[in-house]
Amino acid sequence: MKHRPAPPDLKAAALFVAVIAALFALQFVLPEYHRLSVTRIMVLAVFATGYNILFGYTGLLSLGHAMFFGAGLYTAGLCAYHLGWGVPAAFAGGVVAGALLALLVGCVALRTTGVSFMIVTLMFAQVAYLATLYFTAYTRGDEGLVLPQAARSFEWFGASVDLTDPATRYNLSLLLLVIALAAVWGVARSRTGRAMVAIRENEPRARMLGYNTFAVKLQALIISGALSAAAGAAYALLFAYIGSSFAAIQYSIDALLYTLLGGPGSVLGPVLGAFLMFYLVDVASQYTSAYLLVTGVALILLVLYFPRGILGTVKHRWLPWLP
Amino acid sequence: MAAVTLLKARRLSKSFGGVRAVQAVDFDLREGEIRAIIGPNGAGKTTFVDLLCGRIAANQGTVEFAGCDITALAVHRRVRLGIAYTFQITSIFANLTVLENIAIAAQNRLPERGGAPFDAIETLRRVGLGGQENRRAGALAYGHQRLLEAAMGLSLNPRLLIFDEPTQGLSDGEIQGFCDLLADANRSTTILLIEHNMPVVMKLARRITVFDRGRVLAEGAPRDIQDNAAVQAAYLGQ
Repeated sequence: MKHRPAPPDLKAAALFVAVIAALFALQFVLPEYHRLSVTRIMVLAVFATGYNILFGYTGLLSLGHAMFFGAGLYTAGLCAYHLGWGVPAAFAGGVVAGALLALLVGCVALRTTGVSFMIVTLMFAQVAYLATLYFTAYTRGDEGLVLPQAARSFEWFGASVDLTDPATRYNLSLLLLVIALAAVWGVARSRTGRAMVAIRENEPRARMLGYNTFAVKLQALIISGALSAAAGAAYALLFAYIGSSFAAIQYSIDALLYTLLGGPGSVLGPVLGAFLMFYLVDVASQYTSAYLLVTGVALILLVLYFPRGILGTVKHRWLPWLP
Repeated sequence: MAAVTLLKARRLSKSFGGVRAVQAVDFDLREGEIRAIIGPNGAGKTTFVDLLCGRIAANQGTVEFAGCDITALAVHRRVRLGIAYTFQITSIFANLTVLENIAIAAQNRLPERGGAPFDAIETLRRVGLGGQENRRAGALAYGHQRLLEAAMGLSLNPRLLIFDEPTQGLSDGEIQGFCDLLADANRSTTILLIEHNMPVVMKLARRITVFDRGRVLAEGAPRDIQDNAAVQAAYLGQ
């Protein structure tokens, strides 16, 4: 019988399973400090995965994604803190808030492209950041809020989930990442995903092939905003703290950086990018207080010399089946 | 048998600042024909087809396609009705494979009007790009990129296929192949092309519309146009 290579999707699926299994296994070998770090990284990877939908697949470079992360973070956190919402409701509220914000921002910002789009998204995000300071009576601004004990656990189909337990947090964070990756993979392989790539590659041509490019871009932004907000809401609820710094420009840059480093337009790229960048900054901050310099230098080097990122390069050079 | 009018433009006009690029043009295109638009540079040919396919909005006048008024429709809506357009300057998805280019186009394909179901590989073979489906589109030779554009247009299964100077930059052999392709495509679609290469026009077109200074100067069968004194004056400056 003739040997036939496995179809690309099967290889991709196998890779996903391997990555998820490795992340699951990691919690049993990591020391406490690193287990917490990886918990955070996985949430940030969800954020970058959301960013990747817009930047990597649709080709729109936003400098304001902190507003979507912040929308999820603050909606979930404020509802839990002030209104006493349970964890699942607060999380869902955060995701919906991110999607709605993306819809509103998109209707205005998507009238622009290129550098203008970057500036408009940056401005919207700045407004969002300043709003968290302005409404300090509710948000406590920079100082932030620590979520009450009532928001540290919830009942889920009769089972009690304790969010102060590190293992629970780790696995919830992993679960969210799996859902986000499945969502992006699904979108990337769908008709909408194909339209998004067409817009990234050549928007006038996509329009002349019958695509309503504005509607596709708005869809991409809403999916992207909802995923980013899911990350923000999870961050608030898992770590029980919300503060203005999470809505600041640095988080917008981080999402961009994770995506660029790992490989824009590849499903697993932002996850790899989040891991590497987080630990790079973590290590650098042990030696210098100027660790933000690492972020800046990395950004410049990536844009100048390595625009495909790690997985993008691997896919281009060696493994075209990479999802 | 009365021919069905596929496209009808009435008093179609477009100005850019003070330049009246297209002035009150009436134009009818019958289903199934191959029509060539010719005319000197700056005659308004490209602006006119841009108005037909919706890339720019008309100042005045109407466009009807298959009986519907499409004057106010956006580009992508017109494509979905069956108007496919290929750019004057090659416009493909250079970073994607040839097959992905076709797949993007075929996703918005009109439902079949009889005939075999869509087959991307077969479409590529038909335009002369057989065996190239996994190559990066940007790595194709220029002539092959133009063929890919044509294949993308065909993949939409359009009722009207518009080409803006399709043979520009092609070798004689490639032009011959392109003419055969258009003749073949014409079995299932109406074709409108702007073309400077007169042998191509004379060979393919059933009727020719001559533009000059934003107006229709003459229209008729190739032979009549060739003998038309006004056309000769406009073209040759006599």
